Parts: sequence; structure tokens; C-alpha cells
Amino acid sequence: MSHHIVEFRNVSYRYPDGTEALRDISFRVTHGESVGIVGANGAGKSTLLMHMNGSLLQSSGTVVIGDLRLDRRTRQEIRKKVGVVFQNPDDQLFMPTVLEDVAFGPLNLGLDTEDVMQRAQEALDTVGCWHLRDKPPHHLSGGQKSAVAIASVMAMHPDILVMDEPASNLDPKSRRSLINMLKGFRHSRIIASHDLDLVLDVCQRCIVVRDGSVAADGPSEAILSDKALMEENNLELPLSLMNRP
Amino acid sequence: MSFDNAYFSVGFLDRLSYQDTFVHRLDARAKVIITAAFLLAVISFPKYEVSAILPFSLLPVLLMTLGDIPAGFVLRKILLVSPFAILVGIFNPVLDRAAALEVLGLTISAGWVSFFSIMVKFTLSISAALLLVATTSFPGICNALQRLGVPGIFTTQLVFLYRYMFVLMEEAMRIVRARDMRSFGQRGRGVRVFVRLVGMLFIRTMSRAERIYNAMLSRGFVRGDIPQLGQHRFALIDLVFMIVALGLLVLFRMVPVTGLIGQYVRGVFAG
Repeated sequence: MSHHIVEFRNVSYRYPDGTEALRDISFRVTHGESVGIVGANGAGKSTLLMHMNGSLLQSSGTVVIGDLRLDRRTRQEIRKKVGVVFQNPDDQLFMPTVLEDVAFGPLNLGLDTEDVMQRAQEALDTVGCWHLRDKPPHHLSGGQKSAVAIASVMAMHPDILVMDEPASNLDPKSRRSLINMLKGFRHSRIIASHDLDLVLDVCQRCIVVRDGSVAADGPSEAILSDKALMEENNLELPLSLMNRP
Repeated sequence: MSFDNAYFSVGFLDRLSYQDTFVHRLDARAKVIITAAFLLAVISFPKYEVSAILPFSLLPVLLMTLGDIPAGFVLRKILLVSPFAILVGIFNPVLDRAAALEVLGLTISAGWVSFFSIMVKFTLSISAALLLVATTSFPGICNALQRLGVPGIFTTQLVFLYRYMFVLMEEAMRIVRARDMRSFGQRGRGVRVFVRLVGMLFIRTMSRAERIYNAMLSRGFVRGDIPQLGQHRFALIDLVFMIVALGLLVLFRMVPVTGLIGQYVRGVFAG
């Protein structure tokens, strides 16, 4: 069995318009770890996530996922290992019904109908949405949409789960059930978010990104309680840590 | 009609199509075939025919009742598009003045007869198409078309059109609301602003399309058709319904039912 490692070695990325979004960034996420990625708007979080399944290819440096180096040829293979949940579930749910959407990935993996149905049911059960299977996405609430978006990725059985702002636009109850769900997963998890309480709750480790490189990397509790560091990065202490002596 | 109203009316039609009645449960392929045959039969009547077409209204009425579709909704939609049909036929009475028949001492010209023929055909075909959409989910129709041999590239387009129609309409609604909130009276409502709004919508649509394509690639999509879950089965009830409906259509097309009923009634009175 391959190890579910994500490693960035001196990775830089420049957008075609010249904006330098990643500058010589390096870190390593090991098997089963849960890592939060935080930083100001425009710090490069989303660009970083786009590299994890080859939606973007680095301008220089090396990205290693499992035992593969990311390049044009390996990205198909890497997409089978890394499941990415995008920020806006409307972009993620493109099929006409919930069930067809969740089945889309497994069908592309070449599984037969029976296996696909089994995986779809399993994934929808995990997020508690099996009863919505025949609904079209535009009849779902925001919380249901993001739950289904997660299921659509889970159905592919990824080794590594990557999420961009999973809790944005969720009401507090949906957010809480998302947090509980994320805590229950055994995958390696990489979660970019401005919701620092969520990061504190779900991730043992936290990476602060500033101007396309790592500004700090360490245990979430230590990083997120560092008031000076947080304020330097347009962040603030998580609510749950604010009134602590 | 304001933008909001248009949006909710489409939404209403869409909600209707997700009801659970006998008609909704029928296989989409059966309904597509019946509707196509219905349209063909109605349109194929000669231009002075009115009475022989009337029995065809049985099918829309039946679908409407069994499918629990409010008649008022269908009628309003027909009225809404009727100007097109009226425009097509309105000159017939003027151009075609030959006397066709006499009712209660009034002579009715052939032009009027053909005008009514057009209106009847129009009403029937629009209501049939509308009822198909109101009793079958749009993805169901696309799936049926694909299984009936329409190339995947067309049906996939339709599926995406449907999926993102609502998202884009909401996007447009938000843009229009944002404009209305900051424009007072006629200022800010001119053509030049409108052109920019449309441009904005187009750019947003492009970048959304890019994000969607990215999401598809992330889940293993490699150029080509969208895979289908083979979960629809053509049941016996679908077959029976289709045969009965097609049988009726053939009967109505070949035999002038109205005329026969008229003769029968006259026979009763004479006897």
C-alpha cells in the first residue's frame, strides 16, 4: 500500500498574467494527518490547493502525491488519489440529480453499475443524504449541497481529501455537522479555511500561508493562539481562544 | 413580465415535473414517443380540417387530469405564446374569402375555417409539449432522447443547459437587483447599462464554466460522453400505455370520430 503523502518541495507558480502566487513553498503532509491552511485573502491558498490534483502545474519545484511526482502525465492517476471539494457546491454538482452526480466519479473510474450504486449509497449515507438521491441539485438547501458535494468526492474513495472553504455559506447547525463529519474521516485531510474555529476543531496541524510561502507551520493550538502571528496575516484569534487568560 | 416572475414561473413548471403520479411514473421514452406521434398526427391534417382534430384534445385532458397539472397554468402558458399563432393565421380570413359553410344563416369563409384550424392545431401541440415537460423531469427527457438514439453531444448540452439555467438565472437576478437598488427612476436603466450587465453575466458564465470543467476533470472525466447509470426500465405498464395511446392517435387520425358521433346522434333523434 502506498503512503498517502503530500509533499511540496520549493514549488513556485506564476499565473499567465505574471502574478506570482506561490514562491518557493515547501511542506510535507504525512499519512492520516489533518492539516489546516490559513492565510489572508490572496495569500495563495486556493492556488496551492489547485496544485494538489494537477488543476494547475507548478512553474518550478516538485509536488509529490503518494509515490507519484506531479506532471502532465501523472495527473490522471493523481486525481484518483486526491479528492478535491471545491468552495462553491454549484460548480461541483453538475449532474441533473444527486445520485447521478455522486455516481459520476466512480463511473469514470470504470466500475460496473452495481459497485457504483454501492459506493454512491455508502457515500450518501456517510453525509446523511441518501434520501435526497433523486432530487435535482437546485432543489437542495446550501447545507445539503455541500454535504452532497463531499459525498460526490468520497464515492471515489480518495486517499487524500482536499477542501476549499468547506463551511462557507453554511448555517451554524450544518457547519457543526460538517465539523463532526470531518473529524470522523480517516483520510489525510487538507482544509483551507478562514473559519479558524473549524480548523482548530478538525486539524491537529496548521500552516499559515503568506505571499505564496509558508509563514508558520505547527500544531494548530500553538499557531492559532499566537495573537501577533494571526494579526500579521489579517487573521484573528479563534473565538474559542479569545477569552482565555 | 418582470424577470422575477419569469424565473418563478419556470421554477413552478420544474416543480410540477417532480410530482409523483401515474403519468409522472411512466417511462420518459414512452411519453416522448407519444408526444412526437401526437404532434405529427395533429399537424398532418389538411388546412380546412377542424372537427376531425377536436377528439385529439382527449389526450392532453387525460394527461392533465392523471398528472395533476393545474389547467389554469397550461391555459395561461398557451395564451402567452398565442400571438405567434394568431399572427400566422390572421390574414387567412382576408385572403381566402370563398364561402365554406353556412351556420344559422351566416356564411363562414374558408379563410376563417383555416384560421380556426391553425388555432386548434396550435393549442393542441403547445399543450402536448407543455404537458410532456410538466409530467417528466427534464433530465428524464434527455435520458430518454439519448436512449432513443439522439447523439450524446446534444443531450449532454441539454442536461447542462437545464442544470445551470437556474444558477444563471439567479446570477442574473442578483445583478439586476443590484442595479435596481442603485438606480433611481430612469437613470441607470438605459441600454448602455444593460449592455454592460449582459457582458458581466457573460464573463461570470465563462469563469463558472471553467470551474465546472475543472470539477469534472477532478473526478476523472476524460473527454467524451458523460457516463449514464442504467437505472430506467421499460415496464409492462409503459408498453400498455404507449400502445393504447398510439392506437387512439391512429384511430383519431384515420377515422373522423366527430362526424361519426354526429351521425349517431342524428340517427338517435331520427329514430
